[in-house]
Amino acid sequence: MAESEDFISVQTVYCTGRMASIDLNLISGRSIQQGVAIESGKEKPSYRTAAGIIELDPSDLKKLGVWKNTNVRVTSEHGSVIVKAIETTQGPHPGVAFIPMGPWANSIVNPNTYSTGMPTFKGTKVKVEGAPNEPVLLGIELVQKQCGVKIG
Amino acid sequence: MTTTVTDVICPFCGTLCDDIAVVISDDGKQLLEVYNACVIGTEKFLHSQSKDRVVRPRLRQEDGTWKEISYDEAAEYTAQMLASAKKPLMYGWSSTNCEAQSVGHEIAEVCGACVDNTAAVCHGTTLIAVQDIGLPSCTLGEVKNRADRIIFWGCNPAHAHPRHMSRYSIFPRGFFTNKGQMTRKMVVIDPRTTDTAKMADIHLQIEQGKDYELLNAFRIALKGEWLPEVVAGIPSEKIREAADILKSGRFGIIFFGMGVTQSLGKNHNIDEAIALTKDLNDYTKFSIMPMRGHYNVTGSGEVMAWQFGYPYAVDLTRGFARYNPGDTSSIDLLARKEVDAVFVIGSDPGAHFPIRCVKEIAKVPSVCIDPHLTPTSGVSKLHVPVAFNGVETGGNCYRMDNVPIDCRKVVEPPEGMLTDEQFLMKVRDRLKQLKGEA
Repeated sequence: MAESEDFISVQTVYCTGRMASIDLNLISGRSIQQGVAIESGKEKPSYRTAAGIIELDPSDLKKLGVWKNTNVRVTSEHGSVIVKAIETTQGPHPGVAFIPMGPWANSIVNPNTYSTGMPTFKGTKVKVEGAPNEPVLLGIELVQKQCGVKIG
Repeated sequence: MTTTVTDVICPFCGTLCDDIAVVISDDGKQLLEVYNACVIGTEKFLHSQSKDRVVRPRLRQEDGTWKEISYDEAAEYTAQMLASAKKPLMYGWSSTNCEAQSVGHEIAEVCGACVDNTAAVCHGTTLIAVQDIGLPSCTLGEVKNRADRIIFWGCNPAHAHPRHMSRYSIFPRGFFTNKGQMTRKMVVIDPRTTDTAKMADIHLQIEQGKDYELLNAFRIALKGEWLPEVVAGIPSEKIREAADILKSGRFGIIFFGMGVTQSLGKNHNIDEAIALTKDLNDYTKFSIMPMRGHYNVTGSGEVMAWQFGYPYAVDLTRGFARYNPGDTSSIDLLARKEVDAVFVIGSDPGAHFPIRCVKEIAKVPSVCIDPHLTPTSGVSKLHVPVAFNGVETGGNCYRMDNVPIDCRKVVEPPEGMLTDEQFLMKVRDRLKQLKGEA
């Protein structure tokens, strides 16, 4: 019953174009999949699969009203990035979102070091909203695009 | 016939596993199989064998395409860039050996650069705290043989240091810990139920960013004094229960990671963690150790401290070494748009710096020395591929407990490929000529 209700709410959201958005506390860090992907080549799609994601608590996914494995836009006051929302593998952690360390997380983390030399990689306030039609870029592509690097 | 080489060192994380076995082909040119390493270490060894590797330096052209150039031309470009820059940043160092770091520091002295390693985005705040109040630490061998109380605070070794628990901290049977994990109590403090937390005897799911408060509450609980009902999302009775477990051990250790160093509070969180360790020594023997990430970030800190007096964020632009995190650290230098050339070796700031800083790297002349294709090589003007340290060349590295271990060369690099150290020597010699010092 609960699932069919979910389904209806998702249909409503997409049909009416109304997108729910939720506010979360973002942390980034290592995952073993990200570790394997960086060693096997950051130019490959496997890097995007491992780190171009946001891990959300099932309750937050429900509030957001999107299916798991849907692309979402994550925005902070420092930037915005498209990643794929997946159900957390290391939960529960309601209210907290996790993007593995990498260019996707670093597009939105708080760069302020408060005079310590260390950016605030953990604890960035973000807004997450569904973006099912937007693509998640490859790692190197994402950085080059944001830096305006001309590629031949 | 193939040959199996044993006792190989894994060049991935700070655990620096020294029991890897690799199978190499008859001619010694190909690495075929890897035993004992974790999934990340295995991938690191095997990826060095990939056929699509870049084997010659490449210079980015006006139209954005790459042009292959020789190592001599690449050294010339690098030396010219460093010689003409007013405030070059030389960043990275953590995925290369101490010998190469030492040559790099010579270059930095000649051209008056800012030198920084990956502690900048990892355990830099730990180093500040250690300078504040010291670090009662030990070696991983002592942990294996003695420790019966293990705390993982804001770290997730199941993902970041995959063999740490099996080699040193939780599972091994040591001299005084002869029943392995049965001897040990494991406490994990993490805002997520991480795969490490799932194994713990006690998991305190702390409210993110409240590490200082909880560490402070632990110190109060040890003394048996008044606590609020809930601290950092944890009920006080849970804190007292965990504190009693820590006190009752014979030898305890706090391992801490990015959860403490990168959350707000930064170095003050670690100050408090070290103070907790000091307090625990009133009841039993306790140590504390940072979970260092790159396999030789500790080595870079050692070499930098030995040669310049400071472990990271060293500014040599005035002809002597200055150290002032927040001022001389790479993130701040880039964010303030102060550097006019960037030299990156053995790390990937393109992927691991906030994008605002990466944009600055893309704007100025830049050289990236890395065997892989990375976001850093993607925004750099010159990409110099080099031999994989720890696979295709040996050299000295430091484990997370400051124990130096010599990495081993197991296969030949692709023909004509230089190591970090060889390339840096070329740059150094040319730079000295340009500066009239040779």
